[in-house]
Amino acid sequence: MAIRERLSGNEAVSIAIRQINPDVMPAFPITPSTEIPQYISSYIANGSIDTEFVTVESEHSAMSACIGSQAAGARTVTATSSCGLALMWEMLYVAASSRLPLTMCCINRALTGPININNDHSDSMGARDTGWLQIYAENAQEAYDNYIQCVRIAEHPDVQLPAMACQDGFITSHAVENILLLEDEKVKAFVGEYKPEHYLLNAKESVSMGPYDIANYYMEHKYQQKVALDNAKKVIMDVAAEFEAISGRKYGMIEEYRMEDAEYAMVIIGSSAGTAKAAIDEMREAGKKVGLVKVRVYRPFPEEEIVKALANVKGVVVMDKAEGYSSVGGPLGADTKAALYGRCNAVVLNIVYGLGGRDVRVESIKEAYDRLFAAVEAGCVPMGYDYLGLRK
Amino acid sequence: MKDNLMKHINEQNAWHEMTPGGMIYGSGNSEHFNTGEWRVAIPTFIEDKCKQCLLCAPACPDSAIPVVDSKRLDFDFDHCKGCGICYKVCPFDAITFKKIGE
Repeated sequence: MAIRERLSGNEAVSIAIRQINPDVMPAFPITPSTEIPQYISSYIANGSIDTEFVTVESEHSAMSACIGSQAAGARTVTATSSCGLALMWEMLYVAASSRLPLTMCCINRALTGPININNDHSDSMGARDTGWLQIYAENAQEAYDNYIQCVRIAEHPDVQLPAMACQDGFITSHAVENILLLEDEKVKAFVGEYKPEHYLLNAKESVSMGPYDIANYYMEHKYQQKVALDNAKKVIMDVAAEFEAISGRKYGMIEEYRMEDAEYAMVIIGSSAGTAKAAIDEMREAGKKVGLVKVRVYRPFPEEEIVKALANVKGVVVMDKAEGYSSVGGPLGADTKAALYGRCNAVVLNIVYGLGGRDVRVESIKEAYDRLFAAVEAGCVPMGYDYLGLRK
Repeated sequence: MKDNLMKHINEQNAWHEMTPGGMIYGSGNSEHFNTGEWRVAIPTFIEDKCKQCLLCAPACPDSAIPVVDSKRLDFDFDHCKGCGICYKVCPFDAITFKKIGE
């Protein structure tokens, strides 16, 4: 029987981590981190878990300690947000290239410049090329469910890559929602014991990790990471199926909402998918054939699933909660257009929205659809991209 | 150990024949790689002047002064980087140090 609770996204992920009972959690325990290290510290102090909490002097050190710990053979987790993630940057690549399956909760918040602490995806979108798996949650329930699954996906022998479980800062991290938790024993059994094949604290085998990788080797190792990311797609689906068996909740690379006969689709990530669903319900009442593709797994990118979901639509509007400053659009827009190119004749718009915590309402989503209707009507795709909710 | 190590680490292997992340299943493997070619200056061991005090061997940052039966041998030039520390610590002028080509 599931446990019915009312929790914030931070609390939900903290409970997931308590149930996983990782060996080590290095984290920088003040802002710009999250409440998660604080909750975990309480669990440790109360004796409910025996995780070794490492207080470090920065986020760069937090990720370095995670790398050392996971390399030593310990199941390791951390949590961060915003510029905390940015300070980890250099080491994110090392975690991925050293094939260390540690997991991290990223509470999505804007990168400062100008100073801002509110929700958008600029932190984790900037880390999209680091070789980490990235799975995004729409609400606290998904944040909880995704974190538990991330451990299994990352540690799978065919993957062996670090995983980032992302959720929207404040909107899901701080808002309290109804949630269904799994029993401690179920989660414990689901994640199992971490048994790495090679690890530094193995008295029976000497290994060296993270060696200098000159031009004659580097490309082969980068390709190995690409293959591991490709492999992750099947593993993500297998783990989701196993998770459904214990939870009754179904997950995939993407989630389609009212897409069966949709002519106009929105592609979106994170909590705004919930707002979009409400907008779609109202627009459907008014006879508009609109639907939604929520990208749950962003890395590896669900190319095949998106192409299939959008095969029959007239228009697609891709929503980016991050400014990429590429001058042609945001990161999700770029990836979606790349997936669709040559495979779909739909008009594709790209819109940047919700930066730095700018409110996203049902009306905002409807306005994005209205722009899409107009573009399809005009039969042409304007150059570049546009902002939603900008004062003009 | 060395044979097994080099089977996985060579410049002919395809991506799938290489270890994940370049992990090396062994330790002390830097011995297998010739890193002395970086050297721009070179020490010379003058055996006649050497009193076998062995101050030089532990001072070498690259373990490039082999010691066998309490006696130092000539330099291991596969690994000597030509830093000159041994030349500075030798009390008996038994090591000279010159730029290569001079």
